[in-house]
Amino acid sequence: MAVAEIKTATPPTGLAEFWFYFSRNKGAVIGFAIFLIILVLAIFAPWVTPHSPSAQNRDVLLLPPAFAAGGKWTYFLGTDAVGRDILSRLIFGARFSLFIGLVVVTLSVISGVLVGLIAGYFRGRTDTIIMRVMDIILAFPSLLLALVLVAVLGPGLLNAMIAISLVNLPHFVRLTRAAVMSERTKDYVIASRVAGAGTMRLMFLTILPNCLAPLIVQATLAFSAAILDAAALGFLGMGAQPPTPEWGTMLAEAREFIQRAWWVVTFPGLAILITVLAINLMGDGLRDALDPKLKRS
Amino acid sequence: MLRFIFGRLAVLIPTFIGVSIIAFSFIRLLPGDPVMLMSGERVMSPERHAQIMTDLGLDRPIYIQYFDYLVNLLHGDFGSSIVTKRAVLDDFLQLFPATIELSLCAIILAVALGVPAGVLAAVKRGTWLDQTLMGTALVGYSMPIFWWGLLLVIFFSGYLGWTPVSGRISLMYFFPPVTGFMLIDSLLSGQAGAFKSAVTYLVLPTIVLATIPLAVIARQTRSAMLEVLGEDYVRTARSKGLSPFRVIGVHALRNALIPVITTIGLQVGVLLAGAILTETIFSWPGIGKWMVDSVFKRDYQVVQGGLMLIAAVIMVVNLIVDVLYGFINPRIRY
Repeated sequence: MAVAEIKTATPPTGLAEFWFYFSRNKGAVIGFAIFLIILVLAIFAPWVTPHSPSAQNRDVLLLPPAFAAGGKWTYFLGTDAVGRDILSRLIFGARFSLFIGLVVVTLSVISGVLVGLIAGYFRGRTDTIIMRVMDIILAFPSLLLALVLVAVLGPGLLNAMIAISLVNLPHFVRLTRAAVMSERTKDYVIASRVAGAGTMRLMFLTILPNCLAPLIVQATLAFSAAILDAAALGFLGMGAQPPTPEWGTMLAEAREFIQRAWWVVTFPGLAILITVLAINLMGDGLRDALDPKLKRS
Repeated sequence: MLRFIFGRLAVLIPTFIGVSIIAFSFIRLLPGDPVMLMSGERVMSPERHAQIMTDLGLDRPIYIQYFDYLVNLLHGDFGSSIVTKRAVLDDFLQLFPATIELSLCAIILAVALGVPAGVLAAVKRGTWLDQTLMGTALVGYSMPIFWWGLLLVIFFSGYLGWTPVSGRISLMYFFPPVTGFMLIDSLLSGQAGAFKSAVTYLVLPTIVLATIPLAVIARQTRSAMLEVLGEDYVRTARSKGLSPFRVIGVHALRNALIPVITTIGLQVGVLLAGAILTETIFSWPGIGKWMVDSVFKRDYQVVQGGLMLIAAVIMVVNLIVDVLYGFINPRIRY
């Protein structure tokens, strides 16, 4: 008599479950892979770049890329107007863009979640005041407000990051507040309160972990938006200052050569597009994986 | 309904005051004082400095200065440019039509392409068409538009020579502005070829500015359509034997458009932010370029007044969108 083997199914861990849903979205996996490649290149930039990002070679000004007529393989993506290797500058530029994204998201998530948690948990007058302030920030076009803030603080990468974080803040506040408001009256929160949990514990340990899913998705979107905004500020001359190899700043420097040397304009923008696209693809996958409404068990 | 509108207006007032505080404190946050900013590089004696401070009322307490500023705002006085001495409001009114013209063309293009693309993607869900459309939309959504503009200039203006690089109309044509909208003015002028010239100048900036709203609208339309297509009333319409065209076009789309209209309304801020970049690339004489130029010229009176005016426009448009939403969505009754 055959004995049927009984499989005791262990419930998948959170991470395994997450990967199961995330990996069903092929675009998200591709985006994640591209992001990892960019990340690795950025981290190991000094070792993987063929040239120094600031070394000027006067013999090869505006050299076309290797695959175009007149290009050299030593300068794969060509050189800019002062003979710097574009590929090396782009790889170093990835450091700046990823760093900007990371700092902006960290700043706006921490402050936005804190403020949103306070507004959603305490409600009443505190909530009204906080939301009015957020309305005021939202009344300005984000890039204009960032531009003016940088004009006040002084042009530069750090100030650009601060300005973009501030402009991003209302989205996190609104999202956190909405999530907290829908959670705070649920049974498990009331049970915890009845059991004697203090305000801090209720806010940070009981409610917050259950509000994280939409915040993670928004953080991903904010990461890519921050890279775009910082590049836009750099392009307008108010972000990172030359000779920093920041992608937007590189584009601003290349503008006058658009009729003569297409490559100095094309590649920095392509780098921005690929990075932002990869992160947005990941964001879509995260949303699908974390949104319980979309899960079909 | 009226109650709702008044309620919204009541919320608008504190927001307006908050915006005015930001615009007011902006100049005072800059290093130095307003008089030093005005004098620029020139050297000024301390006596003269003190004299101007008194003349302009800058030696009085800050809250009185703010109150004066607010009173001036309510009288339509938004300050005047340090560089050109012209009133900020006059400049704004003169340049704003150019931005409205560009933004309107962009949003029309975005809706005209975005809604059908979204509907098509939803109806053909999971097919290669859906994937291609949504892939393209995501690329558009991720696009650094300042670079996109430069690429279009390289290809269409530089390589093909089809479109001009900057400005609103060829220098061959000159006529006094009547409406401020170049498309209308060029028609009114009756000059042969003027309208065509205006259109060729408008095409590339419109495409650039429409890119992100187009992507957002397409994505939003698709997800709204998918939600609606699963509803009972759509199934009922299908089972009644209505043609697929009628089911999708009349029963589903009308309901799916409700959230999409909110999205379109929310694009106003996005458009104005995009106008800053688009107008800079194409030297389009609108308020976006005006603000960027003023920031660089350190013409802070203009920046202050412009911030205030642009925020006011956005607040009013958002209010209109909210009210319209109530009209369109019969499920909402105020």
